[in-house]
Amino acid sequence: MHRISPFLWALFGAGGTIAALLFPAHLFLTGLAFPLGWLDAPSYDALRGMVSHPLARLYLFVLIALPLFHWAHRFRYTLYDGLQLKHLFNFIAVLCYGAALIGSALAAYTLWNIP
Amino acid sequence: MSAGSQYTLYHPKWYRRRVSVWWWLQKGSYATFVLRELTSVFVAFFALVTLWQVRAVVRGPEAYAHVLARLKSPLFLALHGVAFLFVLFHAVTWFNLAPKAMVLRLGGKRVPDWVVAGLNYVAWLVLSGGVAWVVLRG
Repeated sequence: MHRISPFLWALFGAGGTIAALLFPAHLFLTGLAFPLGWLDAPSYDALRGMVSHPLARLYLFVLIALPLFHWAHRFRYTLYDGLQLKHLFNFIAVLCYGAALIGSALAAYTLWNIP
Repeated sequence: MSAGSQYTLYHPKWYRRRVSVWWWLQKGSYATFVLRELTSVFVAFFALVTLWQVRAVVRGPEAYAHVLARLKSPLFLALHGVAFLFVLFHAVTWFNLAPKAMVLRLGGKRVPDWVVAGLNYVAWLVLSGGVAWVVLRG
């Protein structure tokens, strides 16, 4: 764990930057503006066309995977410090990074196999 | 030190006063810190919502319509309302910390903090506009 911690820290930083720069706009549109009818949502066909573009797939993978690793790192330390679970150090680490890994793998699998 | 000794992150034998699990409610700055750390939960939530949406788009029009209907439910609207505030809080705290995390030097002089933070805010505006343009064009 300690050998790869600089790498996990870099993922935390990259994911935090992606989430800070892009999540407010995406969340505002898909979570609030479209469902509430403030703005017209793109049609299914337009979205379907968009996600099959290789650059869009890469973008979506980065948009999903890196913020998950950002969460894993930050939430892990929130559990240690906030709930004083330092004795569960390895268990929590495996749980958090494992969840981020599964989410990223599912995203990669989905985006890679778009017909 | 023997070769077999290991560095441990905590020292169970030390005397420590018991600290309540609610230590972070005792001071405003502690509470802000914990709220900032908890933004990560909403970041992960929206990453998963995005993955859910992408999978629905790939599966077909019916699956996508189902997701859209779910996003209109009061539960999801409330979750997204709260998540939006937390994600904004994450963005602002992240940009304000950027000058501390990454010290830039130009010609041997440190670039002032407000310039580094300002560049982050400019990038935020430009990218948000870009996202809106690409998504709304469709």
